[in-house]
Amino acid sequence: MIRLVPRTDTPALLQIATPILAVLATMIAGGILFAIMGHDPVAAIRTIFWDPLFGPAASYSRPQLLVKAAPLILIASGLAVGFRAGIWNIGAEGQYIIGAITGAAVALAAYPAEGMWIFPAMVIAGAVGGWAWGMIPALLGNWFGASEILVSLMLVYVAQRIAAWMAFGPMKNPEGFGMPGSRNLQQYPAAANPELVAGTGAHWGVVAAALAVLATWFLMSRHIRGFHIRAAGIAPRAARFAGVKPETLVAFCLGLSGALAGMAGLFEVAGPAGQITDKVGVGYGFTAIIVAFLGRLHPVGILLAGLLLALTYIGGELAQLTMNLPAATVQVFQGMLLFFLLGFDLLTRYRIARRITA
Amino acid sequence: MIDPVALFLLLLSASTPILFAALGELVVERAGVLNLGVEGMMIVGALSGFAAAYHTGNPFLGFAAAAGAGALVALPFAILTQFLMSNQVASGLALTLFGLGLAALFGKPVEGVKAPAMISGPLGLNWIVWLGLLMVPAIWWFLNRSRAGLILRGVGENHDAAHALGYNVRRVRIAAIAFGGAMAGVGGAFISIATVLQWTEGMTAGAGWIALAIVVFSNWTAPGVLAGAWLFGGVTVLQLRLQAAGVRVPVQLLSMAPYLATIIVLVAISARQKLSRRAGGTAPGSLGQDFHALR
Amino acid sequence: MNRRQLIASVAALTTISLAAPTWAQDEPLKVGFIYVGPISDGGWTYQHDQGRLAVEAEFGDRVETTYLESVPEGVDAERALTQLALAGNDVIYATSFGYMDAVINVAAKFPDVKFEHNTGYKRADNVGTYDGRFYEGRAVTGTIAGRMTKTNKIGYIATFPIPEVIQGINSAYIHAKKVNPDVEMKVVWAYTWFDPAKEADAANALMAEGVDVILQHTNSTAPLAQLQQQGKIGFGQAADMASFAPSPRVSSVYNNWGAHYVKSVGRILDGTWKPEAVWGGIGDGIVAIGEITEAVPAEVKAEAEALRDKIGAGEYHPFTGPLNKADGSAWLAEGQTATDEELSGMNFFVEGITAEIPQ
Repeated sequence: MIRLVPRTDTPALLQIATPILAVLATMIAGGILFAIMGHDPVAAIRTIFWDPLFGPAASYSRPQLLVKAAPLILIASGLAVGFRAGIWNIGAEGQYIIGAITGAAVALAAYPAEGMWIFPAMVIAGAVGGWAWGMIPALLGNWFGASEILVSLMLVYVAQRIAAWMAFGPMKNPEGFGMPGSRNLQQYPAAANPELVAGTGAHWGVVAAALAVLATWFLMSRHIRGFHIRAAGIAPRAARFAGVKPETLVAFCLGLSGALAGMAGLFEVAGPAGQITDKVGVGYGFTAIIVAFLGRLHPVGILLAGLLLALTYIGGELAQLTMNLPAATVQVFQGMLLFFLLGFDLLTRYRIARRITA
Repeated sequence: MIDPVALFLLLLSASTPILFAALGELVVERAGVLNLGVEGMMIVGALSGFAAAYHTGNPFLGFAAAAGAGALVALPFAILTQFLMSNQVASGLALTLFGLGLAALFGKPVEGVKAPAMISGPLGLNWIVWLGLLMVPAIWWFLNRSRAGLILRGVGENHDAAHALGYNVRRVRIAAIAFGGAMAGVGGAFISIATVLQWTEGMTAGAGWIALAIVVFSNWTAPGVLAGAWLFGGVTVLQLRLQAAGVRVPVQLLSMAPYLATIIVLVAISARQKLSRRAGGTAPGSLGQDFHALR
Repeated sequence: MNRRQLIASVAALTTISLAAPTWAQDEPLKVGFIYVGPISDGGWTYQHDQGRLAVEAEFGDRVETTYLESVPEGVDAERALTQLALAGNDVIYATSFGYMDAVINVAAKFPDVKFEHNTGYKRADNVGTYDGRFYEGRAVTGTIAGRMTKTNKIGYIATFPIPEVIQGINSAYIHAKKVNPDVEMKVVWAYTWFDPAKEADAANALMAEGVDVILQHTNSTAPLAQLQQQGKIGFGQAADMASFAPSPRVSSVYNNWGAHYVKSVGRILDGTWKPEAVWGGIGDGIVAIGEITEAVPAEVKAEAEALRDKIGAGEYHPFTGPLNKADGSAWLAEGQTATDEELSGMNFFVEGITAEIPQ
């Protein structure tokens, strides 16, 4: 009989080895799946994991990894801070949508004015929008004891419907022949979030994601607030005795993750997406939760996890294109990868021991 | 003139998929587990139920198969969260992704074929509609009057205490997760077998997410789930009915209303509980937390 | 990888995008498709994929087709289109309205790749558009609906208040009214293209209002399933939905994109392709009327088929005056027909429809 013993600290080797093991296990299980579905398993796995990095069109897909991963990393960095304190914001999708809307609102109100102030104002508006949407569960939790998990999730649905309302109503492009959706911000230079250096794909959202990784790393490992957050997560009662106010932490964590999610929404709507539509929320807020856990709530881990997920998306597209792998097969493969990564993570947190007593 | 009785009968049918899924999730959450994979389990149920109904020609066998498939696809989630100590939120989201992909993959052979028609029960309603309504008192009785239900609630309220009393927290939770999967599967199958009579990818179209909201709205009680299913289903049915009658309705704003109502209900109940410091009624104490027995 | 390599590979990308993806006669023409849904959606995307297969059947070894399915509009569209272009496709068909700006952006980077965008209105030197005159089909099904209704109430499950849908409602109503002056049109806006449960609710809401014939603009079979249970009738949409024939599906308006794809690919192969705004109807084969079943009396069937053939031959335009707008103002004079400009921006109902268009 075996049992699990929590680890007090994890060997560095294991930290690195477990995700690699998980990816290898996924390759084996995925390979079996591909073979059953009648595709060459080796070629499929090479296409998904190798080709985006080193394949024939890698010079395009490599930078695209950054573009795809940036919003996930930006959102997950903020979420992880709260998760470390035991504060569960699962409504980042809603904060992303609201940030996109408030950010775009600045641009649409300013249209067609030109000016250096417009884009920074949009970023601030996006962050404030996301922050405000995140503060709703924080305040309802602090004042009335309502669960932030559930309130933040409910607010996702509300945000989705606000987006639809905006796309068909107040934000509809007046020159769009009656079709839903706002003006395209990519075509409005003062508001656009374009590629900063040609060929790199990197837009301001990529820069922001990199800064968020650095900032949250600093916060968690070098700042007293980070210490409070970790203390609250490990031993809430002890932290309270040490003078950490739970209400302040809740407001800080939900506000921070909301602001980062809102900024991510703004960068996407001014960049890759271009416009507010009823489908402005594409699930990044939910995927980022998975990214945060795959990255073990650590900024560097989140960076790598975000890039890995981006790799499977882009590799999955390549597999569709070059091998006619159906999108569904790719989706099942991604689901398996997540299961394995989440499952293998056990090894970093627990030691497997033989049960001594019967 | 809108006939309220006819409207209510419509509502009974329309709310059945979300009622099943939400009742299942209610039991899962009362056991202390938050499974965000409802959408994934529903779509797997929709496919397997349809395929079984089509191949056997018997819709009821379809629903049985859907329940089995829903429970089965919830298994990876149970293993991850109960044995491998993975985070429930992340695992549930992964389950949704996995289920949607799985159903799409295995759905190819039954595309474009039609399910056998179902025989209606009393009042022209499908028998599964009646089964769903019957499940409400059954689950209420189970949670509040049966010994097994008491244990399940104990596990959800405080898993450490339940463990100390000698109950197998894991076994209870795995059973609850499987039951939740089965109910979500039946809910999904209602869409494919009774509503559309066909299988199409993505046909549950977000119903699983609505079910999650209903459980919160219900304040974690079975009658509350029924009320929630009728509220969420009712808003859609009513706004479409009003439109058909030529009444202008603000569709987007109206569709937001049940979610806002859910938040208000949640806040009101939490506030009342905070004031009176009374236990019971609201969210299970251990909801969403990992359980690891040290002994 | 060091920085120099990165710069080199960036330079290589620039060359890729500028250099013509050479296509000689002995190599197959590479044809790419980007779909918004899965090819198994049984509706919109399914019909586009049937069109892709029609291209393969027509040209055999001279073409090679690939597709990307389930690509959401928005953040992923531009990358997916670029991947298709980098994969060496000579022509790319983008099959959803929301891809419009992404198509224009990517087309500017790949001037030697030809693009065609479905249902949009933006064109460029290497970007054409194509769409279907679905209102022509609705004239035929509207005629059948007007003849078949016993309650004199017909229903329309609308998706979004956009010109295409408004054209469809108007056309169906005009032709139902022509054969049945007492007919009334009930409209519900579902605000979705595909949500079976909601579509079923919409169908039931219409039937509860006394409607016994339903035209749907949404893409699932859910309304037909509900109609079947109540013994009422409707029409297939986007796809033929033949599994519900002979009743409740008494006919259908389906999208036969193959007719366009075969013509377009043929023009590329013989070098006569130009970026055009193709808006094809029954005559071009893009809009097809599914078999009218025996549930419809023979004389009604004959009448509907005659109308279909007249429209197909260009002898009759479904929007021919005299027609007034719903607010009572004059629109088309006797014998005057609507221009394409008027239709592509249509935002009003014709006189007689009491429903309102949500703003």
